[in-house]
Amino acid sequence: MSPQPQAAVGAPLSRVDGRLKVTGKAKYAAEHNVDGAVHAVIVDATIGRGRITSIDTRAALAQPGVLRVISHRNAPKLPYRDNAMSNKSNNPPGRRLRVFQDDRVLFHGQPVAVVIATTLEAAQHGASLVKVHYDAAPPSTELTKAKADKPTKYARGDAEAGLRNAAVRMDLTYSMARNHHNAMEPHATIARWTGDKLTVWDKTQWVLGTQTEIAAAFGLPQDDVRVISPFVGGGFGSGLRGWPHVIIAALAARVTKRPVKLVLSRKQQYFGTGFRPAYEYRLRVGSDRHGRLAAMAHELDAETSSYETFTEGVLPPGQMLYSTPNVQQTYRTVPLDVNTPIWMRGPGFATASFVIESAMDELAHKLDLDPIELRRRNEPDEDQSSGRPFSTRRLRECYSVGAREFGWHRRNAKPRSRREGDWLIGMGMAAGVYDTARMPAQARVRLDADGTAVVETASSDMGPGTYTSQTQVAADALGLTMRTVDFRLGDSLFPPTPPHGGSMTMASVGSAVLDGCNQVRRQAIKLAVEDKESPLYGVDANDIVVRGGRLHLKNNPTRGEKYQQLLSRNNRTHLEAQGSFAPPSGTQRYSFYAYNATFAEVAVDATLGLVRVRRMLGVYDAGRIISPTLADSQAIGAMVGGIGTALLEHTVTDHRDGRIVNANLADYLVPVNADVPDLKAIYLDGEDREADPLGVKGLGEVVMIGVAPAIANAVFNATGRRIRQLPITAEALL
Amino acid sequence: MHPFDYTRVSDTREALNAGRRGGRYIAGGTTLVDLMRETVERPGALVDISDLPLREVTVTERGGLHIGALVRMAEAAAHPKVRTLYPVISEALELSASAQLRNMATIGGNIMQRTRCTYFRDVTADCNKREPGAGCAALHGYNRTHAILGTSDHCVATHPSDVAVAFAALEATVHVLGPDGERTVPFADFLLLPGHTPHREHALRNGELITAVEIPALPRPLRSGYLKVRDRQSYEFALTSAAVALHVRGGVIREAKVAVGGVGTVPWKLPAVERHLVGERPSDALWEAAASRAADGARPLAHNRFKLELLQRTVERQLRIVGGTK
Repeated sequence: MSPQPQAAVGAPLSRVDGRLKVTGKAKYAAEHNVDGAVHAVIVDATIGRGRITSIDTRAALAQPGVLRVISHRNAPKLPYRDNAMSNKSNNPPGRRLRVFQDDRVLFHGQPVAVVIATTLEAAQHGASLVKVHYDAAPPSTELTKAKADKPTKYARGDAEAGLRNAAVRMDLTYSMARNHHNAMEPHATIARWTGDKLTVWDKTQWVLGTQTEIAAAFGLPQDDVRVISPFVGGGFGSGLRGWPHVIIAALAARVTKRPVKLVLSRKQQYFGTGFRPAYEYRLRVGSDRHGRLAAMAHELDAETSSYETFTEGVLPPGQMLYSTPNVQQTYRTVPLDVNTPIWMRGPGFATASFVIESAMDELAHKLDLDPIELRRRNEPDEDQSSGRPFSTRRLRECYSVGAREFGWHRRNAKPRSRREGDWLIGMGMAAGVYDTARMPAQARVRLDADGTAVVETASSDMGPGTYTSQTQVAADALGLTMRTVDFRLGDSLFPPTPPHGGSMTMASVGSAVLDGCNQVRRQAIKLAVEDKESPLYGVDANDIVVRGGRLHLKNNPTRGEKYQQLLSRNNRTHLEAQGSFAPPSGTQRYSFYAYNATFAEVAVDATLGLVRVRRMLGVYDAGRIISPTLADSQAIGAMVGGIGTALLEHTVTDHRDGRIVNANLADYLVPVNADVPDLKAIYLDGEDREADPLGVKGLGEVVMIGVAPAIANAVFNATGRRIRQLPITAEALL
Repeated sequence: MHPFDYTRVSDTREALNAGRRGGRYIAGGTTLVDLMRETVERPGALVDISDLPLREVTVTERGGLHIGALVRMAEAAAHPKVRTLYPVISEALELSASAQLRNMATIGGNIMQRTRCTYFRDVTADCNKREPGAGCAALHGYNRTHAILGTSDHCVATHPSDVAVAFAALEATVHVLGPDGERTVPFADFLLLPGHTPHREHALRNGELITAVEIPALPRPLRSGYLKVRDRQSYEFALTSAAVALHVRGGVIREAKVAVGGVGTVPWKLPAVERHLVGERPSDALWEAAASRAADGARPLAHNRFKLELLQRTVERQLRIVGGTK
């Protein structure tokens, strides 16, 4: 087939749903008008561990409007079929929390009851009147004081020997605070039963995952549950699982025989969904005098819950980012009386990257080498964890473009050498890497006789602009304008897609959309060349392209016709295809990753312990960029997030009773506009032909990786103070 | 939120009558409504005083300022007389909260705002301020942002206001109207130390209403300003802050007004620092020596020991910013 002209892909277009969003017409989970819906408010456990001894619901039930209070005392027993992690579930190994099925409290904030009332106010008031008594036990919530699980290990070479024999050795310990996603939109669910069938409007990044979890909890056939989620007001990973409150909403609807709306309060987001776990991370590094790495030994402990074992991709960077003959990794989860963590933007990689990239900066300083030069000297020829070649790896270019555009040469390698008034100025950089993940996906494409198309996938758009970028792909492949393609997502009735996370949506869903649209275009072309009435009759199909809804000869645009003419003349109401994508099965031939170099300039008032980011630049090797405008919003948003991780974000637990002390947006600090002045992104032009048909490598995660260490390294350059703890706060710098 | 009655009054007599019957006054509502949502506050009746004629800023006969209790924070901050006569007040206001909140919140409400102690704001935690005798979860809990001055074993919560620090520094007076008529309360006596009774936070008697805050005239020229140290650059409460006003004549400091925030259970006046400054010539050495007294008597907790040093540095910096040199 002749390649289609690119009109939409690569163009800096505005969001197709922008108007809906700014006019308030985009409906988020809690905003769907479901007739007769009543309101549910969860009562949270106020102990960190123990048993419920009594629940007094009289005062709540006496309130006007309160319909029902459900707890383990009166909840129907739910089957809770196994729904272990698979291509339909993100439940980590363990025994998931089963709502209202017994008297046990596993963490502070666990749902212990739900109040359902005709108004939200009555439900909230009722929830505050439920008196729960407990037999409380002291919870274990301290990562450094609890017993760890058996470790996951990785080794190549002999790291201990490598360290012993190394000319330069470092032994460094880092700690990273727990972070919460804190999306603007709270998690919310509306559940409505029709007989034994359930419809759920939910904030989720994966309608299929939520669907299977509800079906498993209630013992229903998967198809009897429909999950709808057309808009998501930010997710960052928190919507990747079917959480307990979703089951509570469905349970409440079943018990009351009314549609039920349940919106988590801001506070409840902190224990009702997951979080990026805190880590304690020891890294030992050995190198020769020229900075060539000889060995790295990683020992890391991470939070998980007492009932599920959550792990994430914290090991790959230590195995493949730098040429290192001897590597040893020991990854231990530490079960605590907390709710189960979940992936958060750049999961695992962001954490490991803070450690490795801080250590590389430290090593560069120790050897009096430029940090970029040190990294160049350790650039591997292949992925040393698998022996495979890299599909594409342009980290060297990221370094050189970044250094040039950022003005890296102006950095004085000697810390504390640049001062402006009370401010010390410093520059730092870090490398970043994230896995190019792809999973099977499908898309349904229908071209109607009026020359417009509808594309449907179950996928999600938590903010990156999936609606827009997929419309771009579809428009070009069908030869239509953006306006004539209606891209739909967020419904479990649509063809299945993987979780909208891990930067795999463009590669996976986009490739399925591309395939479906290509099929439909080919059908149309075939129809034309075989249709004696068509001006394209008898033409080689390979010589035809479609542009603006008109099929024509590539080399002679005057000869052709519109889709409408072709279809109506042939009495076809529509053409249709099911597009699909599946990554190559079996052993992969390449190592697939996206990369970046991130640069930061900070000002530090060392007297008052203040760190202010002045400017940042990220240079990305992320394959093809479908939408530069959306890419910028991804990259800049991630820099904002990384600034938060580096300087502000810290979920604080009171270890006496397991309560989260700062479960609100006044005390859990995220950056405000004043904290994020000048952020810039550059994308290396190109594509990754091996990764997927679109040539994309995924962007949403890799942009987050490296932000925190670049800032920490800039703080060192400014002050000479090496902070190995996140977030970097005033007290660390005084 | 617990159910409550709501009435909007149009004159002060009506307000006082409603207040005497137990109604809680509400104006901008930026603190009270939040706390009602968290069920920390459970008033049975709200009396909306937004329509009362207390929205004027005037210069007093002696050259001070009279700021009506219902003047919005944003209005007070932008008022030309406030800006020229007492920049410290404008700066403190502009470094507070967010633009949206400053457009709603009033000066009277600002000084009445309640602590940001997270245990106070979480009804499932022990708090003597919320429930006398319950205990103080913050004392041995997470207390990074808590007070190091004016604390007791019963409460270590800070007073969160910025402008109240400026008022304390300038020795303002609070005008109060009650069933028995008008009276004035020196700012230093208006907000109460927690002691054994942290639930008692201010000197208002039952049903009394703040009508204005008066700033006394100070000798001119007067230089003043407010410095706020915090983790992020906007929309956050102070880790430490300093309000400083200096009257320098003939190269000698004749008057010094200094108070600090983010560190005290009430806005914390620093008379020892002021005494150290008066009669001296401005110099970096003087600022350092004076500021070294800023944390006198402080009692740090497990997570806020850094405030001892940070407070002294904050005061030293602000003395230099206002008083010059270096």
